[in-house]
Amino acid sequence: MYDTAIIGAGHNGLVTATYLAKAGQKVIVVEASDRIGGAAVTREFAPGFKVSGVAHILHALHPRVVADLGLRLDRTPIGTSVLLPEGKSIDITADAAATAASIGKVSPADAEAWPRVTARLNKIATALGSFLSRTPPSPAISANDFQTKLALGMFALQLRMLGKKDMLELTRILTMNVADLANDHFESDAIKGLLSLDATLGVYLGPRSPNTVFNLLYRLSSYGKHGMGGLFLPKGGMGAVAKALEDAARRAGVEIRTSAPVDHILLEKEIATGLVLKGGEEIRASNIASSADPQTTLLKLVQPGNLDTEFMKRIRHLRMNGCVAKVHLALDGLPDAWKSRNGRLVVAPKTDYVERAFDCAKYGRVADKPALEIVIPSLTDASLAPPGKHVASILFQYAPYKLRETPPDEARRQVLERTIDTLDVLAPGLRTRVIGSEALTPQDLERDYGLAGGQWHQGEVTLDQMFFLRPAGQYQQYRMPIPGLWLCGAGAHPGGNVSGAAGMNAAREILKATKARKVAA
Amino acid sequence: MTHVQHLKPFLRKTPFHAPMEALMHGNGWIRWMGYYSPAFFDSVSGEYFATRTGCTLYDVSPLIKYSIRGADAAKFMNFLVTRDITKVKPMQAAYTAWCDDDGKMIEEGTIFRLGENDFILNAALHQLHWLHESAYGFDVTIEEISERLCGLALQGPTSRDLLKVMGVGGIETLPHFGIMETTLDGHWMRIDRAGFTGDLGYELWVKPESAHWLWDTLMRLGDPYKIAPIGSQALDMVRIEAGFILVDADYIGAMHAIRPTQRESPIEAGIGWAVGLKKDAYFVGKRALQQEKAKVTSRHILMGIEVEGRKPANGAFLYADKAAKQEIGLTTSGMWSPILKKSIAFARVPPAYAKPGTEIWTEIWYPKEKKIERLMARCTVTSRMFFDPPRKKA
Amino acid sequence: MAESYDVIVIGGGHNGLVTAAYLAKGGEKDGKNKLKVLVLERYKKVGGAAMSEEIYPGFTYSTCSYVCSLLRPEIFRFLDLPRHGLQVIPYEINSSPNPDGEGIVTYKDHDRTRESLRRHSIKDAEAYDHYAAEISRQCRFIKPLLMMTPPDPTQLNPFAQNRINPWGKREDLDGLLKIAAEFGRMGEKEMYEIIRFWTMSIGDFLDEYFENPRWKGFSAASSIIGTALGPYSPGTAYVLLHHYMGEVDGQIGAWGFARGGMGSVSKAIASAAEEAGAEIRVNAEVAKVIVKGGRAVGVALSSGEEIYAKAVVSNLDPKRTYLKLIEKSDLDAIDPDIHGYAKNFKIRGSSGKLNIALDGLPQFAGCPKESAWGTIDIGGDFDYIEHAFDDYKYGSWSKRPFLDIVIPTTVDPTMAPPGKHFMSVFVQYVPYKLAESEWTPQMKAAFEKDVLDTIEMNAPGFRNLILHCQTRTPWDIENEVGLTEGNIFQGELTLDQLLFNRPFPGLGQYRGPFDGFYMCGSGTHPGGGVMGAPGANAAREMLKDFKHGVVK
Repeated sequence: MYDTAIIGAGHNGLVTATYLAKAGQKVIVVEASDRIGGAAVTREFAPGFKVSGVAHILHALHPRVVADLGLRLDRTPIGTSVLLPEGKSIDITADAAATAASIGKVSPADAEAWPRVTARLNKIATALGSFLSRTPPSPAISANDFQTKLALGMFALQLRMLGKKDMLELTRILTMNVADLANDHFESDAIKGLLSLDATLGVYLGPRSPNTVFNLLYRLSSYGKHGMGGLFLPKGGMGAVAKALEDAARRAGVEIRTSAPVDHILLEKEIATGLVLKGGEEIRASNIASSADPQTTLLKLVQPGNLDTEFMKRIRHLRMNGCVAKVHLALDGLPDAWKSRNGRLVVAPKTDYVERAFDCAKYGRVADKPALEIVIPSLTDASLAPPGKHVASILFQYAPYKLRETPPDEARRQVLERTIDTLDVLAPGLRTRVIGSEALTPQDLERDYGLAGGQWHQGEVTLDQMFFLRPAGQYQQYRMPIPGLWLCGAGAHPGGNVSGAAGMNAAREILKATKARKVAA
Repeated sequence: MTHVQHLKPFLRKTPFHAPMEALMHGNGWIRWMGYYSPAFFDSVSGEYFATRTGCTLYDVSPLIKYSIRGADAAKFMNFLVTRDITKVKPMQAAYTAWCDDDGKMIEEGTIFRLGENDFILNAALHQLHWLHESAYGFDVTIEEISERLCGLALQGPTSRDLLKVMGVGGIETLPHFGIMETTLDGHWMRIDRAGFTGDLGYELWVKPESAHWLWDTLMRLGDPYKIAPIGSQALDMVRIEAGFILVDADYIGAMHAIRPTQRESPIEAGIGWAVGLKKDAYFVGKRALQQEKAKVTSRHILMGIEVEGRKPANGAFLYADKAAKQEIGLTTSGMWSPILKKSIAFARVPPAYAKPGTEIWTEIWYPKEKKIERLMARCTVTSRMFFDPPRKKA
Repeated sequence: MAESYDVIVIGGGHNGLVTAAYLAKGGEKDGKNKLKVLVLERYKKVGGAAMSEEIYPGFTYSTCSYVCSLLRPEIFRFLDLPRHGLQVIPYEINSSPNPDGEGIVTYKDHDRTRESLRRHSIKDAEAYDHYAAEISRQCRFIKPLLMMTPPDPTQLNPFAQNRINPWGKREDLDGLLKIAAEFGRMGEKEMYEIIRFWTMSIGDFLDEYFENPRWKGFSAASSIIGTALGPYSPGTAYVLLHHYMGEVDGQIGAWGFARGGMGSVSKAIASAAEEAGAEIRVNAEVAKVIVKGGRAVGVALSSGEEIYAKAVVSNLDPKRTYLKLIEKSDLDAIDPDIHGYAKNFKIRGSSGKLNIALDGLPQFAGCPKESAWGTIDIGGDFDYIEHAFDDYKYGSWSKRPFLDIVIPTTVDPTMAPPGKHFMSVFVQYVPYKLAESEWTPQMKAAFEKDVLDTIEMNAPGFRNLILHCQTRTPWDIENEVGLTEGNIFQGELTLDQLLFNRPFPGLGQYRGPFDGFYMCGSGTHPGGGVMGAPGANAAREMLKDFKHGVVK
């Protein structure tokens, strides 16, 4: 008999487990696959070539999680380069002067605007970011407990402290589309393209779709004090982050079982009391916390006939249409243009380029000309590739999960081919350097990592699926309708990225409920 | 609106339309769920008394019928509705409510269990969307089969004798809420012993092509049994006497409520007895209803009241005291009952007042010689089943 | 200076006229605080976009806006518009032809619509009840917001005073509390639904109820009309509300037709304004707002004439008002950000208009004959609309556009010779600027051909009925009516430009940056359509300022 059984040893599952164990609970984590870390993984895709399997840049890990769990992460800060034709680029780094100079080569006006605009966006994002580590309240103020009310009050104060102008600016831009925002402030296509990609990466929206600025803010919120403070490549890939979390969990006394797929959640008298594994084994616990996505948890692991209709409808209609594919390239050397590109490389030359890529996805096709985010982690971490050789890890936007006519195999081929076609133009000679490769479409990611719909964030991070609407209204506080069942993954507030915030918040709510139960008893 | 006249009529006619029209005096048609339905044929009070003394026919064909079958049909029905379906055996019918997530009633209606996993649900509102939404994860097939069956409610003290004369074998032994199937003169017919009158009565379901045969046979053989067709106005009187609630009159279906506070739980709507909180399986709204029961959060309960005097009290305010200082609720349906010789009504009263025998007051405004007079009438809270003869279940 | 006014209204569109009428009546029934008002209209007659003109002999064209439902009943009553000749008749039928099969037909009568839908899908017909109820619930919340001044969320301190509201900003808090109370009454569950609804796309919303692609495309129509968005763009669900919250005789979502054409709406309001004592001058184009010492003191006409008043209110869209009528230096003196707000204000033309005189009534494919008595939407499934939108995104008119057609002469035969008809065709999406070039006569002809071809496809034989056709691109609408980029709502109806952010952050309460300067057009809360609410709300705020001596 455990205090809490956790489904899935992804990063959020591990964070929840560690917090609970540290509070004295007896905790078990059961993981379907044979490895720990979920989508935070380093894997060898070609002999000797290793790469972060899904997400490849660390930026969102919540500082409080890092501190509370005593995580030590060896990491390299990186900048962002917007790739332009003929080997040129705009390089955005922590060095403001160099950044300005780099942008200035394309547009002096944008060089002047960049720090001003990003500072304002960052300020707003940081104010919003303070809610990443809080439990979303109910909009019916009286329905909240004191702690949540206080948090809400603090949040309102934080927004008010932005000042009248910035607060109004926040209300204005929150629902705007990024194409408009970029047009308002910038003139160069390259900067607009960068913002377009940053605001749409991972959501099934194009830069002209409203609400995309919210996504940009969401991303920026982790660049400040509510995240890692920038972009980093973890040494050893994302798997190293998972390893650090696993170690922390084990230190705290968490029991972890791999290769233990859950068949369903055991319900007795309509209360969650345990897990039944595929083999039939039962694991009993007072709390069940699932770090699997909401659809898997509530539609598959909870057997039919235990959840109310409207709630099920909401969960079924979560927008989970994954649209990012992952491409890994094993290179026997780097083309000249990339010899020193150790940062994040972005292919999104202009807004319309990204919008057209989205148009393809809209009609259920793989983007003809994809927007790409590339890192070459082997430049900063030699352990990832054989000596003298390199790996490239690439996010391919948009390759929709819901394909209309393209067969899945054809889609996978298109993703790889179109990636190389695109890159070979920007870094001539790349094609000939490729000695191994793999492309993972959203379908593949669903199969390999159990991400429903191949959606990286367990449900799109958009305004209508965010905050107290994540995963569904009335159930935003990690507590699911079935007593004893909790959600602790990215499908709950505050959503995606390797942040651990959802896991941390869920653990807090579970402990709160346990305490209340004890008091009542 | 000059152009409205060009729009073609869209109301459908039930298979009984032609024989009903032949008996109709004046235009008594109203609209019911996209069909012509009779409000009255001749005299409403005549139709009312015929139901209570002889037997009457009411065309129930416009009721919306859903067929629910499949390997999980029984499990699904038990999840969908508030009643414990495991206690309803094949060839039995049951009256039940079904609720939304918050335990608020979407509608109430009758379930016919024809086999282990073969059900028909009768509803007065469109429910297919809700049924499909609820059926996620269950192996069931849900179909709207309204047009495949048509039916007549044959209700009244002489209804059984008429069916006997008609040659329906075994009708004597058909229990209350039982279902049987038979074939007469080559016409398939399904009979269930249920109805909306609170009296001995049956519902007869046939294929549309048998409709005229059924009508003619009943009317031909029924003369000695005082058979008469009735419309919805007479039916409304007998259903109030019988204590049956009616959607849109006594409650608003949860899916149609514009304000969430307009929704009511089955407990509030006075059919708490049909909520199987103890049943083994979960059903939609169960957690909410358990909470309501445990924390006694029902805002009111629909009870019956007997009103002193002769004035009908529908849509009247209810007070705890004669001085009308403390308002406690509202009546929904109300009427003068010609059989009981009482003014009766359904009353929404707070749970504290929902005990038979409690005295409350109602404020009735009624016209008298070109003036509107106000009357405070004493009421006694009762069960809603004002009329409940032993023959109903015998 | 010859004559001085209390208020000058720039622009005689329907909102300007409503403001003028309210101010002239003094806002109160007993006629207290009556103000001396002058309306200045550039064109030879008032009405702006609510205009009827005889373009082709014997035919009255509703040249721009063509349906009317949004006009608030409060305004009807207060200005007693029926006495001034306004009569609004609801449409009974709404249809979408289908060249390849049965079209979609809906009616004012709910049951009839359900029966009609059954022909396409029983599932959808059954879901229609639930869908309609959900829409009503959403409208229920938004309706009370229409006739109120949007409170400023940054002003929560009830004792704070400022220059414009020296008696304290208590109202913002009250307003917020009022909204919160209205919101609270919906119950927690509905709160989530409302928040979700306001931020989601109409495509996602419809997917939750319906399966028939054409029906979904048809239902999405109201969500994209007048916007530069596609059905799967988030925020479009709200636009649906904007079109649904209109009412004719208490029937929410009903569309009506003004007897005598849309011009009769303007005419009635103008008549009410003049009766109350307002003066209306046509052929009087305002060139500049005169600002002195941080106060708006009058206007200069393009003829050079200057007219002075205690207050100036602009019915023009925010871009025109702040970028053309007001000197940048005047703005910068108050707040250097305002010019930027005006520049960045999203006001995209996305629709064109064809006005056609017909020799007879066309028969629409797959629809009953009577569909001509209501609105006819030519479109298709979501893909049809998205493709139409794609053309627009990259700077071209939709090759297969979405069309919203009415033939008002079927209701009001007096608008055309007997047996002949006037057809108003609203075309979605048409860009203000083409990617390759400006609008040329050749381009316009090609555009017209695409539209007429689309109609012909959906109403075979239609082309032979055409007597005359007037085509207006957004560029034409801007130049003829004065709506920037030809946007019918004076600014996109996206959430970032609604409520207290309409038109600009911090100027959402009808007051401009200067004392004595106001806005009353569709560019202010609650936005476009022939609704009149912005005009009435602006007048209310102005009267308050007059009463409290802010304007002297």
